[in-house]
Amino acid sequence: MRVCAGRTAAWLALAVVVAFYPLVVPGFWTYQIGAQSLLFGVIALSLNLLAGYGGMVSLAQMAIAGAAGYATAYFGVNSTDLGIALPWPLTVLTAIALGTLFGAVVGAISVRTRGIYCLMITLAIAVGFSLFARQNYSVFNGFNGFAGVRAPAVAGIDFNEPVPFYYLTLGVAAVALGWLYHFSRTPFGMALQGIRDNPRRMRTLGFDVIRLRIAAFALSGLIAAAGGVLFVWYNGRISPGAIDVQPTIDILIISVVGGMASPLGAFVGAVAFVLLQNFAIDLISPDRFNTLIGLAFLVVVLFSPEGLTGIAQRLMRGLRGAVRAERPPGDRETSTEEATARRIS
Amino acid sequence: MSASDVNALELVDVGRRFGALAAVSNVDLTVAQGERRALLGANGAGKSTLFNLIAGDFPATDGSISLLGRDLSGVPARERTRMGLRRTYQNSSLFAQLTVADNLFIALRGVRPGRFSLRRPHRRGDEMQRVVALAERVGMGGWLDHRVADLSHGQQRQLELGMALVGEPQVLLLDEPAAGLSPAERTHLLALIVGLPPSLTVVLIEHDLDIALRAADRVTVMHNGRLLVEGTPGEIRANQQVRDIYLGSQGN
Repeated sequence: MRVCAGRTAAWLALAVVVAFYPLVVPGFWTYQIGAQSLLFGVIALSLNLLAGYGGMVSLAQMAIAGAAGYATAYFGVNSTDLGIALPWPLTVLTAIALGTLFGAVVGAISVRTRGIYCLMITLAIAVGFSLFARQNYSVFNGFNGFAGVRAPAVAGIDFNEPVPFYYLTLGVAAVALGWLYHFSRTPFGMALQGIRDNPRRMRTLGFDVIRLRIAAFALSGLIAAAGGVLFVWYNGRISPGAIDVQPTIDILIISVVGGMASPLGAFVGAVAFVLLQNFAIDLISPDRFNTLIGLAFLVVVLFSPEGLTGIAQRLMRGLRGAVRAERPPGDRETSTEEATARRIS
Repeated sequence: MSASDVNALELVDVGRRFGALAAVSNVDLTVAQGERRALLGANGAGKSTLFNLIAGDFPATDGSISLLGRDLSGVPARERTRMGLRRTYQNSSLFAQLTVADNLFIALRGVRPGRFSLRRPHRRGDEMQRVVALAERVGMGGWLDHRVADLSHGQQRQLELGMALVGEPQVLLLDEPAAGLSPAERTHLLALIVGLPPSLTVVLIEHDLDIALRAADRVTVMHNGRLLVEGTPGEIRANQQVRDIYLGSQGN
């Protein structure tokens, strides 16, 4: 019970901090740090769904986000003479639908592979897509891509302004995060975790492993696409460079550093990444940024395979253990019925 | 032909080769509905391979297998499960990081529609009640909230049996359910198996001859991938060939 109450309090505290954050920090911290972390977090969250619950590590998540970003530019406002300007709700829906479809296609191609092979195939898809975008001028506008992409203004609120945009990304991030926690307890989410742990057993339990995996890729495509729409609105532009190998790997780094097993890890990793990206320059020369990120990555992976959230969880557990040890023994255990009731609720 | 005339399992000349190795060959086996059949044999006799062929973990290279009168050629494992076939594994094959309730819930979902559902099951809903009932049936009612990795080996075997009893099983393949159990746990598990509904067909692989002969109506002995002999427990006990090969000179 106490653990539950503690967790609720921690979530509430986090909610209060992120809700009031833009009111107390300057615009740079709201936009470049806050909003950017949140949108990278959403893209990384799509990888945490696949990797954390499904055991499938995909390198195509940035490509999917990029495809949705390109769709947002092409089917919305941009400064080139390419594209079809739809009303913004349709732009967003089209972008997310295309991202979901892209996710399903990536899934269908890579779903029979695991581990390093899944990584390689999804990397090949990501690189292939980036090269295609670079060379195609009729839809992707080649090397230049699209500029002048703007978030809509709704009911007098201009989402290109830092504070409204921050709250928009916060809203999307909160919905995606909350949904993923919900998802983990749904029949689909549980089946996906079963497939992660023992696909052969899942087959003899009556599950269609391949179809479930493809559907998981589609769902993760949906989340990545939502992040991709925010990504293009944030930058105001998208070009092949945004979906190159480097950003592709950045998403993996964010996920691993934050912790793939926990949905919140995507955001923890994104904050760490964005902070490093913005402030590393004060410490080292800009072209050594990758060395620093690489070292940070190594340190985290070396000390905690579950990333920063893993470290936090271990600390919490240690703390709880210490508190428990001071309590009389009768207080420690919950009865079996109580535990069962808690599980079923 | 009425439904009960159809055999639960019918294997005709079934074989499985792995390269040059014939793990199972020329197996003819008929198990009637509601029968309790024990499958005996030394390690490497091909018993588990035969289970894998019936369950569809991998296909037979020769012969044909029918389940309740339906030919299983080309039928994937998941479909065989939905047709009423269930199995357990020699080494517990559970989801160790999930709870007992989650394991049973996943098993239950496998044989029911809505495998892609994105709605949480209701806490007092029909499915959760089934999960609780299943757990109680195999003596795990008090352990629903426990992670499988924290359970004893005996409890894991009980849960494994519980997962095989979800939905409406017709044919149950139990692969050494009592392996590694203490004598008390064995007795408990044997009682669970003997207490299964009489309409359920059970094929049991067991090293413990005592359990096998007490739980089964008929016994089939395999040796080197082939069927050696088939008969009642009494006949098997008395068979000199079986005593020589399976029991060694100590058998009595």
